[in-house]
Amino acid sequence: MDPKSKSRRELLKGGAAAVGAVAAGAVGTAALAQTKVAVAGSGLPTYAENEAPMIATDDDLVAYGTRSHYVTSKRVPAIMNGYSRSSPDEFGLTFHIATPLQDSYGSIQASSLHYTATTKGAFIPDIDPAKHTLMINGLVDKPRVFTMADLKRFPSVSRFHFIECNSNSHSATDKNVQSSHGLTSNAEWTGVLLSTLFKEVGVKKEANWFVAEGAEEIKGASTMPMSKAMADVMVAYGMNGEPLRPQQGFPVRLIVPGFEGIFNTKWLRHIKAVDQYQLNMDDYGHLNRSTLGAAMIYQIGPKSIITFPSGGQKLPDKGWYEITGLAWSGQAAVKKVEVSTDNGKTWKLAELKGTAHPMAHVRFGTMFNWQGGEHLILSRTTDAIGQVQPGRDELAKALGVPVTPAWRPPGNNNTIMKWKINADGSVTNGLA
Amino acid sequence: MASLKLVPVFVVLLAGSAFAQSYGIGHAASQAELAQDITISPTGANLPVGHGNAAEGKVLYVEKGCEGCHGENAAGGATAAPGLVAKKGPTEGDAWARGGIAVRSPVATILWDFIHRGMPLGNEGTLAPNEVYALTAYLLAANKIIPENQTLDQNNLAKVKMPIGDDWKRAPDWKPNSPRIPASLLKMPK
Repeated sequence: MDPKSKSRRELLKGGAAAVGAVAAGAVGTAALAQTKVAVAGSGLPTYAENEAPMIATDDDLVAYGTRSHYVTSKRVPAIMNGYSRSSPDEFGLTFHIATPLQDSYGSIQASSLHYTATTKGAFIPDIDPAKHTLMINGLVDKPRVFTMADLKRFPSVSRFHFIECNSNSHSATDKNVQSSHGLTSNAEWTGVLLSTLFKEVGVKKEANWFVAEGAEEIKGASTMPMSKAMADVMVAYGMNGEPLRPQQGFPVRLIVPGFEGIFNTKWLRHIKAVDQYQLNMDDYGHLNRSTLGAAMIYQIGPKSIITFPSGGQKLPDKGWYEITGLAWSGQAAVKKVEVSTDNGKTWKLAELKGTAHPMAHVRFGTMFNWQGGEHLILSRTTDAIGQVQPGRDELAKALGVPVTPAWRPPGNNNTIMKWKINADGSVTNGLA
Repeated sequence: MASLKLVPVFVVLLAGSAFAQSYGIGHAASQAELAQDITISPTGANLPVGHGNAAEGKVLYVEKGCEGCHGENAAGGATAAPGLVAKKGPTEGDAWARGGIAVRSPVATILWDFIHRGMPLGNEGTLAPNEVYALTAYLLAANKIIPENQTLDQNNLAKVKMPIGDDWKRAPDWKPNSPRIPASLLKMPK
């Protein structure tokens, strides 16, 4: 039992009952007494014997609330390509932390469980929002500086978008979905469109690119196309109804819908309009020898993953279950998701749970009657511009490369994942 | 590149009535605020005035603690941090195969920017421009990209001829609703 919880009777002892003894309670008390008599007469346990312990409210629970102590789902340091770097590391730096997708409901992650990553390990800046500013300069008519209060005066937008790390890549060694796909999360972001700010400062026509820079110790900076800025990039200060958390860039960050995670610059302090690709520090990580490789390391493709049943979970008994998961695309909204329970021989259209937003996760589900036996379960998504999530072999063929066991798709791996339901109901990696 | 220039115009037309809107929010950037702009162009524009050579950089490499992570003579092996001298010499194989940021950067300004923004670990932002020029010169000389005695400064850094040359590609120009992989790059269209 949680130390905070007590039996209802213990809580009511000591005068609480007396305080609550008001006229309005009289009817309820009488009804309860009748029920107790009836239950006692039937020989069943009484209501009083059945009651759960109660949680006494304190100032913290009033102020911000907390989840049940029975809910223990948590983030863990990510394992990437078999290499795990702890967070915190020996210096207290944060690197990459994966979200427990296996326990998630609906289409957004709780802010406390949203995956988080830093470019090369970083302390999390503890920024005073009253002192933080965002400067926009470069190829603009009027270089300007905005305080947080200034940014909130502009017309706001609230949009659902996923963010995903480029290294969110599954392989045969992943034991569960947190390990295979835990470096993506979805949230409702609130802020001002970057296009609104660029109109305010008067961006010049020769500005084909912009650089976004964070205020963390390494001042990470990436170059992005102006066409993206004018389409849908957000300067976000809100997340799931409250201010951003420090791990998500408090007090302000960039949301670049569908682009690889690193572009979504946190602790945003500076935006510069420029006339050519800048080749700043973080752009080095995107250098590529081929146009194809560069394209695939830029944006996230159509992707889906089954989160139940998934690796490490178990079906306790034969019968009906809802196979459920998440689907998204870096270029559009999800149009449909198909699920296979026979290793891709046949596919069934899944139900989308609510509206599929552009560049956002959407929950899908389909009922499945498990009658024992082994099943390889797969999902694949098609987005609103017709892109279909590929299988690994399919992608290799499309790219004209030989399919070898060692081949890894360039950039973010959006290929189809398989889970295996074993005869005993346990679920394991279906690629293994 | 011609098509790239058309994109912003296209978007602006779509934005229509909102285009001219100005709210007068924020304040004009002051000279002190503009001085916080540390973004440098691959042309060398916005590089701070300064200079440094490989001999100075070699001393700084030890003094500033670079050696502790990147190894003796920048050869790596000390920690998970990469070596900064390519294992293969300048005449062996192409630049991509040789590896290392000093060899694989298309312009020397990336190396300068990386040191300036990102190093040394735990003391980022403390290196003076002269120190960054010197460390850059040390790493470029160690990789036989510039002579040992060359002094780098704001005028010649971007002109250093890098081994990788033009042998790199950018992602295709971005447009809304375009696929991740352009159809022209697929060998076997779906």
